[in-house]
Amino acid sequence: MNNWFKSGAPWVWLSAGGVSISLISVLGLLWLIASRGLSYFWPADLYQFEMTAADGKNLTVIGEIYDRESIPVAQLAHLELNIDPITKTIERLLIKTGNRELVSLDFRWILVPQINETLLPEALVVIERRTNGNFYGYIDDIILDGQSVSLDKMPELLARVSAFQKQIARLQSSDIGAINYQIERARLQERKHKLDGTLTDELQKEISSNVSKLQAEYQVLERQLLVLREQVARDQIVVRAMDGQKVNINLADVLQVTFNNQLSFFGKLKLFFSQVAAFVTDDPREANTEGGVFPAIFGTVLMVLLMTVIVSPLGVMAAIYLHEYAGNNALTKLLRIAVINLAGVPSIVYGVFGLGFFVYMVGGSLDQLFYQETLPSPTFGTPGVMWSAITLAILTLPVVIVSTEEGLSRIPSAMRHGSLALGATKAETLWRIILPIASPAIMTGIILAIARAAGEVAPLMLVGVVKMAPNLPLDGNFPFLHLDRKFMHLGFHIYDVGFQSPNVEAARPLVYATALLLVSIIVALNMTAVSIRNRLREKYRLLEH
Amino acid sequence: MAIASKSANARKVKNSLAKWIISLGGISVLFTLVLIFMYLLYVIKPIFESVKVTPDTQFAIAESEQVLATGVDELKEVAYTITAQGMINFYQLVDGGRYQAGDKILSQQLVADGEKLTQVVDVGQEQKLLLDSGGHIQLVVPSFSASFDTGERLIKPSVHYPLGRAYLPIDESNMPLSKLGFAMDDEKAIFVGFSHDQRLIKTTLFAEDDFSYDSAYQVQYQVVDYAVNAVDDILLTPDLAMAFIRHSDQVAVFSLDEDAELKATIIPQLEQNSSSQSRLTSMALLSGGSSLLLGDDRGNVSQWFEVATDKGRAFKEIRRFKASDHEPVVAIYTEQYRKSFYTQTPSGEIGLFYTTSAADLWRGTLHQGKAQAFAIAPRSDALILYSEKKLATFTVDNEHPEVTWQALWQEVWYEGYPEPDFIWQSTSGTDDFEAKFSLVPISFGTIKAAMYAMMFAVPIALTAAIYTAYFMTPGLRRKVKPTIELMEALPTVILGFLAGLWLAPIIEVYLPAIVLLLVFIPLSVFTTALAWHKLPRNYKARIPETWAPIILIPAIAIAAYAAFTLSPVLELHLFAGDVRQFITNDLGIDFDQRNALVVGIAMGFAVIPTIFSMAEDAIFSVPKHLTSGSLALGATQWQTLVKVVLLTASPGIFSAVMMGLGRAVGETMIVLMATGNTPILDWSIFQGMRTLAANIAVEMPESEVGSSHYRILFLAAFVLFVFTFVFNTLAEFVRQRLREKYSSL
Repeated sequence: MNNWFKSGAPWVWLSAGGVSISLISVLGLLWLIASRGLSYFWPADLYQFEMTAADGKNLTVIGEIYDRESIPVAQLAHLELNIDPITKTIERLLIKTGNRELVSLDFRWILVPQINETLLPEALVVIERRTNGNFYGYIDDIILDGQSVSLDKMPELLARVSAFQKQIARLQSSDIGAINYQIERARLQERKHKLDGTLTDELQKEISSNVSKLQAEYQVLERQLLVLREQVARDQIVVRAMDGQKVNINLADVLQVTFNNQLSFFGKLKLFFSQVAAFVTDDPREANTEGGVFPAIFGTVLMVLLMTVIVSPLGVMAAIYLHEYAGNNALTKLLRIAVINLAGVPSIVYGVFGLGFFVYMVGGSLDQLFYQETLPSPTFGTPGVMWSAITLAILTLPVVIVSTEEGLSRIPSAMRHGSLALGATKAETLWRIILPIASPAIMTGIILAIARAAGEVAPLMLVGVVKMAPNLPLDGNFPFLHLDRKFMHLGFHIYDVGFQSPNVEAARPLVYATALLLVSIIVALNMTAVSIRNRLREKYRLLEH
Repeated sequence: MAIASKSANARKVKNSLAKWIISLGGISVLFTLVLIFMYLLYVIKPIFESVKVTPDTQFAIAESEQVLATGVDELKEVAYTITAQGMINFYQLVDGGRYQAGDKILSQQLVADGEKLTQVVDVGQEQKLLLDSGGHIQLVVPSFSASFDTGERLIKPSVHYPLGRAYLPIDESNMPLSKLGFAMDDEKAIFVGFSHDQRLIKTTLFAEDDFSYDSAYQVQYQVVDYAVNAVDDILLTPDLAMAFIRHSDQVAVFSLDEDAELKATIIPQLEQNSSSQSRLTSMALLSGGSSLLLGDDRGNVSQWFEVATDKGRAFKEIRRFKASDHEPVVAIYTEQYRKSFYTQTPSGEIGLFYTTSAADLWRGTLHQGKAQAFAIAPRSDALILYSEKKLATFTVDNEHPEVTWQALWQEVWYEGYPEPDFIWQSTSGTDDFEAKFSLVPISFGTIKAAMYAMMFAVPIALTAAIYTAYFMTPGLRRKVKPTIELMEALPTVILGFLAGLWLAPIIEVYLPAIVLLLVFIPLSVFTTALAWHKLPRNYKARIPETWAPIILIPAIAIAAYAAFTLSPVLELHLFAGDVRQFITNDLGIDFDQRNALVVGIAMGFAVIPTIFSMAEDAIFSVPKHLTSGSLALGATQWQTLVKVVLLTASPGIFSAVMMGLGRAVGETMIVLMATGNTPILDWSIFQGMRTLAANIAVEMPESEVGSSHYRILFLAAFVLFVFTFVFNTLAEFVRQRLREKYSSL
């Protein structure tokens, strides 16, 4: 034993413990996010608990089991429960009961010892709605235009409603949105001419006739909208909640009606995938706490693409300079220190710099020069997607530089010499020989930069991200790409919904799902980058021999 | 041939063009870093600039006019004087429109024919109380409105009477008043005066409706019970709560609530022992009305406010300013919105001070002798003085008086606080709130968060790095290293979210488990190691020691499971079932759910891959002949590791820890989400903190561009920048040296 200690073996094992803990934490973290995130989409069993409360009253609780925990009896002493004192801990369940219009909180804790009977009734239904969250209960009746009809009609009626809702959404966002946009542009055009002193009576007339034409179109669309709204609100369902109350729910509000307890495994699987698809393609509802994350995905992707366009040439040029042109002098040393520091500066500092320099200074001057007509409301002098892209480009610049330079340094110098010996200039050698060979390394750098940018939140909070953007930065209105607009971002979505929303408990599963989405994107990007890099290293090793 | 040479030329041009463009691209990296540095400095610079007072315009006023008071509009385009003849004269200050600078643009009679003004009392908010030779009193406000009729901005002056044009019936017996103080709000106006027959009176005008649009009122007269022969100054707080009455070296404080009772008497500690005694010479109320400034004949100004003491609230001297070396302070003028004040001496020496930051901002002489009239422009960016028949304006460059190096880093005694303290509180619901900018609590929070993170991360990361680099088989290493490095790619917003919403509640409930883990994990490792050691040889061959990390995974998992199962039991027996209650009630330590422990663990995870990756590189690249030599001389693996490998790689390990610290200091999202973001000074592991980075993220979007708050947030960013710059450069430097050393070995 003493010898064993002297040999140092226990310490070796202890250091192995460090590896184990790191591995457990990485894999555990990924597993935690994956399991929580995926369970958000899985249709849950709907329970009906018949129970006796502490005051002796019988009550029924209907809902999904959301969480369970065991707590010491001592902590519940104030409830004066008649519980066998030998049991040190009791279990309690957090039930999502929904039905926000009937009870103020859509969650409640119940104590397992108080449950008399647990049922999984097949007729129990969960109704996903546009407002007020889920409703749990039994369907009593379906009313079609005032007439009671059978339950079988439900899918047909739901399909009708969703078709109408789609039309309404299109009318509102694309058609009416476009007209509003054009009217606003006409107003700005008029103002610009006024400021420039080029507003002639002719122009004025033309603009105002245009505006009145647009307004007429708007009237027509609005009437259409009214008609559609009337039609969509035709049918209703009557539902019985857990306390026996009957509630009329307008079908216009209903997204989906599912009998979770009737579903087979494959039925649930089908629902699972359709929920995943809806999550990725839908807009958020209820202050971001429900619905999908499409605008956030879109915003993240667009911002990252813009950033890539900026960072790639700069990063590659800097790497080429460092590796191919720079001499071994003080300037090069300074440059290397600059690269290291750009990588080490806290991201929030980039945010502060971006806000002060790009948004207020550069953006403010741009507004003064080119957007006089919209002042005092700023165009580029306010956080937006372009400034975010530029700020993150600076932030990810070192990632591209380091990766590209590594690739360049692995290219055998024989290749350069060969090319130069054949009479090619240095630029030609670079363009024809070095860059093509280094391109996978450059790709690796860019992918890593994208992964970094996709997960960065702190600087974006200052330079352009918002919790709810009314319009996407890319739409059908000229000039299509609106670089001045604010955007939504997956990472910020997590922060905002998880910490700033009024009902954090209800939003938590959605946050896990969003986190899963973000993590999968980033892990996939990283794995791709690493595998490209590894393959590249192998290839170079072959080249050398 | 010609074509060939042409194309050769073109190629040459292309080649050098490419060189230039690429060099430019390379240098741009350095340029970016310098730009960030310079821009941050550029924004911060104004808060540390000293005050500048520069003469602006000056013109003569007619000999016959005896100016009693002066003032200027918000844009500093029109000035006015109120003369003893009872006239108010408005003068153009800048050339523009129909007027030249110095032109009289409006003149208006303020008193009845035949009367003269004896006194003009400046009662703040641009209001002036006029006392005339007939003993009449009136309240006037010179006001200005801008018009754009001619396409050019034109300031139009006028005179406004908030309490009506009729004389104000202040004294029941119509006795002239020698001193008068006044304050009003929308509902009532209170006058406190000292009459020629030595009565101290209080008169309240109650608005019949609201003074903001209707000047009708009812009057209530009161005599204040206070026997005194002469009064030097009377001041009323703008919230109509207190009146300060100075007579020689005493200040009596009256409550104005209903019956004007004596609340306190301030008798300052004046120098009584030296040959010539010092005396009080002036008094003023600081903006906000909670602080009183007293000037004495030795050139000192003292600030007083009410402080909660054992015996209730009492006035205390807070700090002192030296306004002049030997001359008395004959007048104190306070700014309307900030805690700055000006002093004046008989010879015309002017001082500018800021109370909260205890800053002597400026001292100098703008003219000979005491100015007959002195006013601060409404935006506090200019002074207007009347002396020697001349009206002169001065531009005052004093944007950020509240920010000084001392105020940022030392304890400051704020109004209403019992003692000096470090406080960060940048915004509040009320208007007359004074922002408190001490960088100490948030810098402390930054260090605290980083320390706890490092305490968690360094042991795990370094042990993992040692094992991976030195003991692990290459095959396993190829799998393990990228897996741990994957952690670095995880967005910190996700770590923060898990820390705040998943880990924090778990730690709160299973606090004993966390302590148990500290014991159980090493114990389980040792037990497993011993078990493996005792294993028969043929089994050992099947599970080689190089698999230790994998073997340990289940062992540690079991230890963790045991800790969490034992936790409630432990809680029940040792802490009566509730650790949180025990900590708050029995130990008296505050417990936040989102505390330093949560941040330490979460940020530790974020830092582990940084430290691991670099330390692993440093250890791995220790030349193999060194270890081989040591092993050949009979040293064990462990001895070789400790005495040779770690020693050689120690600079690399040091630089890895530096890099990790740099990352922990600048981390934003984890701290933002996993702490309560309360700026407190407390090392307690069960309390939260606010860090520089999180503070920027929280407050930057709401701060007004160019304000002191905005610039201080930039300063916080600059501090972070410099801090990480130093750490990174140091770490990089050490690494470079190490690389050279390795290659020479």
